[in-house]
Amino acid sequence: MSLFSPEAYAKSAVASVQEYSLLAGRALGDIFSKPRYIADTFTQMDSIGFGSLPIVVLTGFFTGCVLALQAAVSLKEFGAVGMTGRLVALSMVKELGPVLTGLMVSGRNASGMASELGSMKVSEQIDAMRALGTDPIRKLVTPRIVATVFMLFFLTIISDAMGTAGGALIAVTLLHLNGPAFFHTAYMSLAYGDVVEGLTKPLFSGFIIASIGCYYGLTTTGGTRGVGRATTQAVVVSSVLIILCDFLVTQLMIGIFGR
Amino acid sequence: MATSSPVFEREPIVLPEGTPLVEFKDVSIGFEDHTVLHEVSFTVARGETRIILGPAGGGKSTLMKLTNGLLLPDSGEISVFGRNLAEMSEREIFALRAHVGMVFQESALFDSLDVEDNVAYRLHEDHVPEDEVHTRVVEALRFVELEKAIDKFPSELSGGMRRRVSIARAIITKPDLILYDSPTGGLDPITSTTIIELVVKQRDVSKATSLLITHRLQDAFTLATHCWDPNTNHMAKIADGSLDPNTKFLVLNEGKVVFDGTTRELTHSTDPWLKAYLE
Repeated sequence: MSLFSPEAYAKSAVASVQEYSLLAGRALGDIFSKPRYIADTFTQMDSIGFGSLPIVVLTGFFTGCVLALQAAVSLKEFGAVGMTGRLVALSMVKELGPVLTGLMVSGRNASGMASELGSMKVSEQIDAMRALGTDPIRKLVTPRIVATVFMLFFLTIISDAMGTAGGALIAVTLLHLNGPAFFHTAYMSLAYGDVVEGLTKPLFSGFIIASIGCYYGLTTTGGTRGVGRATTQAVVVSSVLIILCDFLVTQLMIGIFGR
Repeated sequence: MATSSPVFEREPIVLPEGTPLVEFKDVSIGFEDHTVLHEVSFTVARGETRIILGPAGGGKSTLMKLTNGLLLPDSGEISVFGRNLAEMSEREIFALRAHVGMVFQESALFDSLDVEDNVAYRLHEDHVPEDEVHTRVVEALRFVELEKAIDKFPSELSGGMRRRVSIARAIITKPDLILYDSPTGGLDPITSTTIIELVVKQRDVSKATSLLITHRLQDAFTLATHCWDPNTNHMAKIADGSLDPNTKFLVLNEGKVVFDGTTRELTHSTDPWLKAYLE
């Protein structure tokens, strides 16, 4: 049995980061040159965006419901149950909407991309594509990145809206709060910086989901077991990076907007 | 009757007289401390059919991928159509591949596309008009006698049918060079003969240069001893028992070239390893 070599591990980790950076850089560069695969981009938008709608709607809605319930318990102690709308809106728009949507889309699509491209890799379809004169990065990776970034932005808006609606439903039906007052406090609590922060995060998350999913797919080795491994790694790594990126963007936005 | 279109037809590559279509000079490549090819040198002239023989794991498929620029060598020089692949950009290599057709060992058909879209892949990439694409696909599928399978998906086809679709996909743009990576691998003898008949037909009808890997010696010698008879629409033994002059052999063993020459030279070789291998 061979011993664990820290040097070999470090080298392999650095090589992976380099390989990922080159892939991501080339995929972004391909946006600005021809040929562009517009039809593939729309197909991906349909699959990633419309296909993720049910999970995003349900996640956002029930997160809003839970937030309202939990918030009401704490706010009651201070006699501030009327602030529930404010708390739900701020939490959803700034944090939970972008992060939960990113994580849900990552679970659905980073895994899908890794398994689809991984299967193509192990069955030589990627090599066949190259042999037929098509750049797989341009044809497969760039449309997925563009589609995910674009659609995640709108999915996050839908998630925010559904979360606020879910919070409102609970506030009105279970907490017996005034509906218009809930929406008014929710609306008044949101500042320009909060919305910018909430809508900047999905741009990064979308890029992470697609680029990590495609990277693990295109570097799959080891047959069907390798495809399974690539799929798991894609979801784990993209989820961790989404949360890490969320922290960095939050820090940056606090620096810029002061809240 | 299908008509040729200026959009679809590619200009054949013109090379100075005597320039080989493929040239390997001292090419070596290895993966994870294991040498796969060691200082391999050979040339393939225009119109030649080069059969690559050798035991499994001898580096034959790697050699094929090197020829198409899918892999780059660790050392040595590979020239295709007179151009050194190492001096070409990725974009130039993609353009060069438009002149090369490749049949993969396991067919490598796109499983999410039906047969028509698989065969038409290159034409769609070139934005050829849709009606012309269909005509060309039917023509290519007729060549491999698989017109009826046009609407099927790869998962619905047998191994032999997949291989024939792969050949149709490789030849649809009338490439100057065709690379067959074990086109008969894993097929029964009857289906293998059908595939070899298609290779002979393609060789004699289009006069394209080709490299072909095979593990079946009888397939290799069928290629050397048969020609396409357009009257009977089948392959037939070359008259007087002579050999196809453009069919040559390259034998690899453990990453090294152990034979490079004509069919007659191969069968008359006194090399003990080669004699044992051929038996």
